[in-house]
Amino acid sequence: MTLVYMRYELLRTLRNRRFFLLSLGFPLILFYTIAGPNRNVHNFDKSGISFPLYYMVAMAAFGTMSAMFSCGGRIAAERAVGWNRQLRITPLSSRSYFRVKVLTGYMMAIVSLLALYLAGMSLGVSLTSSQWLKMTGLILIGLVPFAALGILIGHMLTPDSTGPAMGGGISLLALLGGVYFPLGHHGFLPELAQYIPSYWLVQASHVALGGHPWSTKGWIVMIVWTIVLSGLAARAYRRDTGRV
Amino acid sequence: MATADEPSAQIQLSGLVKSFRGSDGPIRAVRGIDVEITAGETVALLGPNGAGKSTTIDMLLGLLEPDEGSVSVFGRSPSEAVAQGAVGGMLQTGQLIRDLSVRELVAMMASLYPAPLDVEETLELAGVSEIAAQRTNKLSGGQTQRVRLAVALVSDAELLVLDEPTVALDVEGRQAFWGTMRAFAARGKTVVFATHYLEEADAYADRAVLMAHGAIVADGPTTEIRATVGTRTIRATLPSVDVDELAALPGVNSAERRGEVAVLHCADSDAAIRALLDAYPDVRDIEIAAAGLEQAFLALTGDADSGDGRPPRGASASSEKQR
Repeated sequence: MTLVYMRYELLRTLRNRRFFLLSLGFPLILFYTIAGPNRNVHNFDKSGISFPLYYMVAMAAFGTMSAMFSCGGRIAAERAVGWNRQLRITPLSSRSYFRVKVLTGYMMAIVSLLALYLAGMSLGVSLTSSQWLKMTGLILIGLVPFAALGILIGHMLTPDSTGPAMGGGISLLALLGGVYFPLGHHGFLPELAQYIPSYWLVQASHVALGGHPWSTKGWIVMIVWTIVLSGLAARAYRRDTGRV
Repeated sequence: MATADEPSAQIQLSGLVKSFRGSDGPIRAVRGIDVEITAGETVALLGPNGAGKSTTIDMLLGLLEPDEGSVSVFGRSPSEAVAQGAVGGMLQTGQLIRDLSVRELVAMMASLYPAPLDVEETLELAGVSEIAAQRTNKLSGGQTQRVRLAVALVSDAELLVLDEPTVALDVEGRQAFWGTMRAFAARGKTVVFATHYLEEADAYADRAVLMAHGAIVADGPTTEIRATVGTRTIRATLPSVDVDELAALPGVNSAERRGEVAVLHCADSDAAIRALLDAYPDVRDIEIAAAGLEQAFLALTGDADSGDGRPPRGASASSEKQR
């Protein structure tokens, strides 16, 4: 029953071409601009991983975060036209509604991820298949708190304000996560970054070194953010029952 | 209790009360509403803006929780009935989501119901077959309204609830709309609609529930409601005749005076006009009008106000509606 619904929801996303191409294209352009000239740097920032690998995952983190945030924009847009009320008087449960929104976000995220993998390979990124899989798994898990954040934003804001909120939010999370440049190893910023989920998304690139890119701290940070943001999102949804 | 488990053929609104927080204290939107609707009935909730119609409908649909009282839709709570696909609805405000064609949107909504109507049949019924391939964001106001109706109809639900469905439509559009509704109701469906168009309630409902200030002021078959205040009204310039004398004429239910003009509410206007001309040959400027629900509404809400001891806000609200 939800499958047909899901299919149309995906169709809607793909048809919104301007949005689709922008959200897909922007990380790609950034990647080639930053990583293109430095494709032969093999030990980037003394981390042991190559420059293209670092930025492939950094830009993937950026692109997939944006994809998850875009769920929020879509929820806000549906609320603004009263469509959420129309859906509430159908048998579609709120659980299914969110599942469809999150899955749609994930579909977008996977497309963005694959595009960046291809771009990465074109600049010489090479990993074993188990490393690719492990990295992809970590990124997909790392997106869970962002899905909750997207839903929270979608229920708190109007479509007018989601643009700036999402743009600003993503930039800040990207900066603190080390998407634009590595944050170094000493001082306040790298210390703070370890409590930010986007940092751990970017850290997924360290699979190339073997071992586990996420420390216990990383897992705990992800879980805590997920719990807190889901709780807030659920509260925002319950409060938002009236007419907009 | 055995009776509670039996499937009920009724929709019951019992003692519904709902207040909202306003800038100066709580606004009592609905103050104690009791309505029973039998399956298959077409019922109009009629009243001016602010009468509490939308609030009542939101409670019927489970979108709002009542402060007091309860709602039962065929023996279930509204949210259970909605979850089982027994309710289809068209809300007062709302547009369509974009990036789908009309047909795709209706099919998308159909997929949510356990036993939906055929999509093509729905498009036909709602009169949107010709625009089925158009994108939902490229429709006129009237077309959008019809697609919203299609979205409600595709549920093929036992209960269809429409909140002021024809507000955005022109006269022609309204007629087509109600033609569709009649066809749907003829399948044995229960239809509840809110309107402030008195002629709509009169023409399309079996029964009208008149609301003002969050309470019910009259409830009955539309014919009966008209009968309570006379089916026709005679207005005539007739100074210096006592109203009681006029009210005693054959065929007249009641009479009132507005300056030089006498207004007679008549059960039988034919008898009344003959008697009037016989008794007062100098009567001038005679107008006979079908009362419709308009007069019934004014009389009933007017009474409710004076009984309440408050200024006749209902009267001003209703005259606003006459525009």
